[in-house]
Amino acid sequence: MTTALIEARDLKLAFGETPALRGASLSAGAGEVLAITGPSGSGKSTLLHCLAGILTPDSGEVRFDGRRVDLLNEERRSVLRRDTFGFVFQFGQLVPELTAEENVALPLLLGGTRRTAALAEARPWFARLGLDGLERRRSGELSGGQAQRVALARGLVTRPRVLFADEPTGALDSLAGEQVMELMVDAAREQGTTVILVTHEPRVAAYADGQTIVRDGRTSTLVPARTAP
Amino acid sequence: MSVPLTLLGLLEREPSHGYDLKRDYDAFFSRGKPLPYGQVYGTLGRLARDGKIIAGESEPGDGPERKRYVITEAGVTEFESWLDEPVAPEPNLQTVLFTKIVLALMLGRDAQRYLDAQRAAHLRRMRELTDLRRAGPLVDTLLADHGLFHLEADLRWIDQTTARLDALAEAVRR
Repeated sequence: MTTALIEARDLKLAFGETPALRGASLSAGAGEVLAITGPSGSGKSTLLHCLAGILTPDSGEVRFDGRRVDLLNEERRSVLRRDTFGFVFQFGQLVPELTAEENVALPLLLGGTRRTAALAEARPWFARLGLDGLERRRSGELSGGQAQRVALARGLVTRPRVLFADEPTGALDSLAGEQVMELMVDAAREQGTTVILVTHEPRVAAYADGQTIVRDGRTSTLVPARTAP
Repeated sequence: MSVPLTLLGLLEREPSHGYDLKRDYDAFFSRGKPLPYGQVYGTLGRLARDGKIIAGESEPGDGPERKRYVITEAGVTEFESWLDEPVAPEPNLQTVLFTKIVLALMLGRDAQRYLDAQRAAHLRRMRELTDLRRAGPLVDTLLADHGLFHLEADLRWIDQTTARLDALAEAVRR
């Protein structure tokens, strides 16, 4: 059995009177792609936000590499998110004033890397993700699929230990969505990044090694993880 | 779809006459093609021969035959094994899955468990097809896509059925 790199144990979280998580648990090993599925409003994004240290659960534990994430103060969680985690959201959320290559370099710039070095790190991602020639475009000049691939490059440029992807294909047509998933899984495998993927689409979840379903804030394992190839 | 296993399921609910079995089969599972009496009694005869059911003494009454049939332990075991085993995830399996879910609800069993097992079987198959489409030539991709889209349609049906289980249970119990 794979040792957990990131795990949640019996998480509970309510927004006011409304319970969002009622005892959610999961774990993912290094290099594993884990899909979290479930109906709308079931709590899957809330669970992802707890794992990523964006939200703090009312009770339960979140552990990354053996450390309690839920007990860290906001400053330390912020550093963890910036240096160790990567993120891709449904709508790429690129900064419209920046060029595509500046968007990709942004996490490095925020972490203190000098501009020239950050852009040099960012550029190889354009060839790798089929984005050659689009380096100087702004987000308004990119198609949905291109923008999402730029967002994927931004999520992976720091070589994060864990990539959190929340409905990364939700705004794309079927073919563009498949392209993003193929690139995401290949790139994550190459650099040994664990991927926590939230999706309501079974065909997207089928890229994962294992699947956990969230229903009414509770988790159950749908498909146990296979060993990552 | 398996007529013998469906009749075993109906007999697990309660001992019944051939006439009652045909009536319930036609009401829930025949899809507009009533089961001929010959097939009902032929199937019951084979099930009795194989020790899955026992035929009672003939009872007085109207009609060609008034025997009450009772399921045996071997019959229950066979029926439960069938119910527990997810259907091979192929296109157009709804008829079998539908029959399993209706029987599970009739018998007061945990239909959600069967739906979850089927969902897991489908998702595993989708993972295999996704691996195939990623590794193979375009022709394999097209074939895999065909399978993936059909399995996805089945999953939507499973989701809808899951959401309607309570109402369905009311509809099939008497």
